[in-house]
Amino acid sequence: MITNGTGKTVVRLHVNGEASDVMICSADTLLQTLREQLGLTGAKRACENGDCGACTVLINGEPMHSCLCLTIETINQPITTIESLRDSAIQQKFIEKWAIQCGFCTPGFILNCQALLNKHPDADDETIEEWLQSNLCRCTGYQEIKEAVKSLLPKGSAS
Amino acid sequence: MLENPWLSIGKPEQRIDAVEKAAGTVRYTADYSVPGLLHAKLATSTQAHAKIKAIDVSEAWKVPGVRAIVTGKMFPYHIGPILADRPPLAFEKVRYYGEPLAIVVADQEYMAKQAAQLIHVKYEPLPVVNSAREAFQTDAPLIHENSGKYMKIISNVYPVQGTNIGSHIKIRKGDFITAWENCDIKIKQTFSFNLSDHAALEPRCTRVEINPAGKVVVHSTTQSPFTIKKVLNQFFNIDVGNIIVHVPLIGGAFGGKGTVQLEPLAYLASKAVGGRMVKLEFTREEDLITAPGHIGLEATIALGANKAGKLMAGQYTYLIDSGAYTDQAAGITRAMALDCTGPYDIPNVWCDSYCMYTNHPYATSFRGYAHPELTFAVERTMDKLAHKLKLDPVELRKINAIKPGNSSPTSAVLNANNLGDVEKCIDQAKKLIDWDQGERLETADGKVKAKGISTFWKTSTTATNAQSGAVLKFEADGSVNLNCAAIELGQGSKTILAQMVAERLKMDIKKVHVTMEVNTQSDPHQWRTVASSTTFLAGRAVMNACDDAISQLKRTASIALQCSMEDLEVGGGRVYLKPSPEYGVKIQDIALGYKYPNGHAVEGQVVGHGRYIQRHLTPMDKDTGFGKPGPWWSVGTQAVEVEWDPADCSYKILKAVTVLDGGKIINPMTATQQMRGGMYLGLSFASQEGFIFDQNGTVLNPQLRTYQMVRFGEQPAEYIVDFIETPAADGPFGARGIGEYGVIGMAGALANALSTAAQVELNHLPLLPELIWKTRKESQA
Repeated sequence: MITNGTGKTVVRLHVNGEASDVMICSADTLLQTLREQLGLTGAKRACENGDCGACTVLINGEPMHSCLCLTIETINQPITTIESLRDSAIQQKFIEKWAIQCGFCTPGFILNCQALLNKHPDADDETIEEWLQSNLCRCTGYQEIKEAVKSLLPKGSAS
Repeated sequence: MLENPWLSIGKPEQRIDAVEKAAGTVRYTADYSVPGLLHAKLATSTQAHAKIKAIDVSEAWKVPGVRAIVTGKMFPYHIGPILADRPPLAFEKVRYYGEPLAIVVADQEYMAKQAAQLIHVKYEPLPVVNSAREAFQTDAPLIHENSGKYMKIISNVYPVQGTNIGSHIKIRKGDFITAWENCDIKIKQTFSFNLSDHAALEPRCTRVEINPAGKVVVHSTTQSPFTIKKVLNQFFNIDVGNIIVHVPLIGGAFGGKGTVQLEPLAYLASKAVGGRMVKLEFTREEDLITAPGHIGLEATIALGANKAGKLMAGQYTYLIDSGAYTDQAAGITRAMALDCTGPYDIPNVWCDSYCMYTNHPYATSFRGYAHPELTFAVERTMDKLAHKLKLDPVELRKINAIKPGNSSPTSAVLNANNLGDVEKCIDQAKKLIDWDQGERLETADGKVKAKGISTFWKTSTTATNAQSGAVLKFEADGSVNLNCAAIELGQGSKTILAQMVAERLKMDIKKVHVTMEVNTQSDPHQWRTVASSTTFLAGRAVMNACDDAISQLKRTASIALQCSMEDLEVGGGRVYLKPSPEYGVKIQDIALGYKYPNGHAVEGQVVGHGRYIQRHLTPMDKDTGFGKPGPWWSVGTQAVEVEWDPADCSYKILKAVTVLDGGKIINPMTATQQMRGGMYLGLSFASQEGFIFDQNGTVLNPQLRTYQMVRFGEQPAEYIVDFIETPAADGPFGARGIGEYGVIGMAGALANALSTAAQVELNHLPLLPELIWKTRKESQA
């Protein structure tokens, strides 16, 4: 039973296909729990306001800002973080297309792109833009990220 | 065309950090946790200018878990990189909204935050100075009453006591007054923009502990670990040797992590809890306004030319909005003066560059260090002058392009080694933007396509003794470790340096292991990772270290092969006889010394070391600016094509072009990454970014939701990047610096394109549609 305040309770999360018990307060965000209790630091803390997408994870396959999710809301829901996408096609494309510089926005971008590929395998430019506007990158100028995701979308016009 | 004679140089080697970054496993400063770590939070000012009457911490102490509260009274001294004018924690008065007032240390971050919010400060408001122009007025309220008494850390800083001038740098070249009288055509223009921010995705973070033996151990998001040592030594009396700074990979910096702010605060916090490790991580809001940002500017430029369009005289007045403290803005003030003309040959120059205190968040270095800002003003003026002369703007730039044999505004002599080829850059950019197809075209659907061009230069104004070192340690398998304190902040420096090692040792780049993290105790000294100087400074040190390793390899091999060192060559993982290459020894068999068949051994591990220090740089003369401020000038031309809609003044950026002469390009793909990223940053700054202040000096947009920047889809539809590679004789493999250059000309090119499209003078940033609409309305009135 979770009570309001600073008292802690053990709950079970389903992250990257594994069940993990974590100890949380009612106010803990999923971002805090993933980073501080499960050591999954691929999700980054960069604005804690849902503005930059660096903390993106997939919950039930939907890209979500983990800084805006309370951990208690995610009990019994499958959560996917960057750590489980090892050697995925989209990661390879980010490398091949030079879409990585400092790497801080990269996990969030890759997860958002993965969800886009899953949900809209026929996405056009407009859909890509609508999806990826939720993530900020200050290093690349977005061109290479666009090339990476479009190379896996047959309908995206050549760039 | 000659074939590329190199093994690795000039090739698009994949970044050595890409795989781990794609996997999300790279750990940045804030990703590390340690048992027993304490957390610090700041209480910050809610006023932009006020006397501190009282700070009441009694409520804060009642929060469970609070271990210490530090206020400015406990360290009532000033620190700073150029002029020591900034208290780490405000005392007596606050000078900007968001200024640190107190630190709370607690067991958990939320406890520290709760307590920080319960610190009650009693202020007596003072009149707010809300712009550089206001600050410059003789009756302006004083922000620093005793600026003349502050300690100078470097020589070229000149605060004027009794004013808000934090520094004043002058250029007096030739005879401006006479030349101005004799000019056929004269124009004068004024430009401005507000302070803005780097907004690197990774917020600044540090951890500091003081161990019982007195060693201060710092982990930080910094471009300047050795400067942290210097600051803790200078202002906190800690022996340099007792300070160790660790820097993992950095999540973007853009100049914003080059100065020292967080670490002294965390040091004071750790000291208050008996030296325990304390973490201080900025929230995004603090990172935007409490941490230093990007300067604002008010510039007035007067240019005089003869009828043929040859520039004869230029006068430049720069009022730099440095915010509450001078920090690196004092150095930017100097940089803005010493390259004030842009890459044009002007024999008579008069420049006054002022670092102005205001009640805004303070400013520090931003990618380009004065050059994107001055170039915006200079390139807009050049376009205006071209119109007055009825000359093609491209032609005017070519007529005046600076060349070997000319001199810089500080009278530094330029030659074919230290200066890129400006004319070639202009010609190539002109071609790539299809300039001759027309500068302004109205389309069938009522929109306007227009082009703008901008030419730029920059020298790296490093310390005159800026230096770098490198150590190469060989492994038993013949591979080599490179230790160098150049920091990887996304720019790809570690990959470039690995390429240089591979090239010099003629070995497979996969056998070069670069230490990604920096540790000031084990790595040789490196000035900083700023000023587009790493390829040059660290590159020269790495080449020097390679030569040292080669001579050690040859020495050990000469014993094993029973021959003289002079007959040996290193390459392909072997040391072999030049005349009979089949006769040799594998590096792996001599990397840890050579062992005879009978067990006796000689020599030992091959450890090459190298170093490089700037040569023949000088400070500038106080009255004329005379001096040699930097080693070389990379140059370039950028162009932008926009599609502008007269109906609502909105626009799209169709094309952005960069042609850069940065000498030999070590890696064409990382160089292109740097250019595109720089172009993005420059276009975002020019089109959308800037702090919005109310009349009290409060920042109204301290969040990424309200601090607008270019997002995915708003970038240019096409980025075109090209390089002219005029080699620099003293650069590693002929390379000059390139890291900042993609940013420099973008604001000028975009403003020129939009001014042409809307047929008004757009002299202020950011270039929001609303600004274009307003400027048109005013010009029609």
